[in-house]
Amino acid sequence: MGITLQEIAFYAVAVCIIVCSVLAVTTGKILRAATYLLFVLFGTGAIYGILGYTFLSAVQLMVYAGGIVVLYVFSILLTQSDKDMKYHIRRGKLVSVLLTTLIGAGLVLFLLVTNGFALNLIPQGDELPVEQIGQALIGTDKYQFVLPFEVVSFLLLACMIGAILIARKEEKKD
Amino acid sequence: MEIEIHVIHYLVISTVMMFCGVYGFFTRKNLLALLISVELMLNATNINFAVFNRYLFPGQLEGHFFSLFGIAIAAAETAVAIAIIINVYRNVKHILTDDITDLKG
Repeated sequence: MGITLQEIAFYAVAVCIIVCSVLAVTTGKILRAATYLLFVLFGTGAIYGILGYTFLSAVQLMVYAGGIVVLYVFSILLTQSDKDMKYHIRRGKLVSVLLTTLIGAGLVLFLLVTNGFALNLIPQGDELPVEQIGQALIGTDKYQFVLPFEVVSFLLLACMIGAILIARKEEKKD
Repeated sequence: MEIEIHVIHYLVISTVMMFCGVYGFFTRKNLLALLISVELMLNATNINFAVFNRYLFPGQLEGHFFSLFGIAIAAAETAVAIAIIINVYRNVKHILTDDITDLKG
């Protein structure tokens, strides 16, 4: 059997993600880093879509690519960052960072390859129905998630209040 | 009709993304760039949850919901962190990690 369209899409997305995530941490300009982050997030949404989790993909696009990146861009524009981020890093630190990263990545990749995952195949174009997600989100039975749902909503409320409290201007007391 | 992509291919993507985040977290000095690296790491873990759920336990939904809640918590974390960074900028006029030394005493 030849290569299907979804596999081509997957490998294109994979290359895009890897290249953009390397560029996002090595580029010199912070606005470019945010843009590369945006492409990484788009790619992640595409991977969720390929897996069949279209709802998760939509949430990823809305929350991350729509919300968080806009927040980043506005805060980059609000704060005065240096034009290029080529800071001097000590050679010893740079060597240790590179060693940590490369050895860590090598170790994880070695463990993944030698673990021997079975070649499970997932059906193509079989998306998770939204009704099932909704039922699982508001149910109280086993494998249903109403408690974390409520806890997350409370966390979002608390973080909204906290963000407003932290970021507002100090009132002048007279 | 099935997609013939091995699980490892997804995991390699998330590993590369994770260690890019680690590298950026160690080398960057701008607070916003640090936050971008943290986002990369969070994203890599979310991919792992979804992939393991889909490939190894296709009848269940735990990994899917863990990624969903992970996205929500990442949004909350980013909002608070950006509020703190803007406040730091208002007080210190810089957002480099070298300049923020007030709490060191």
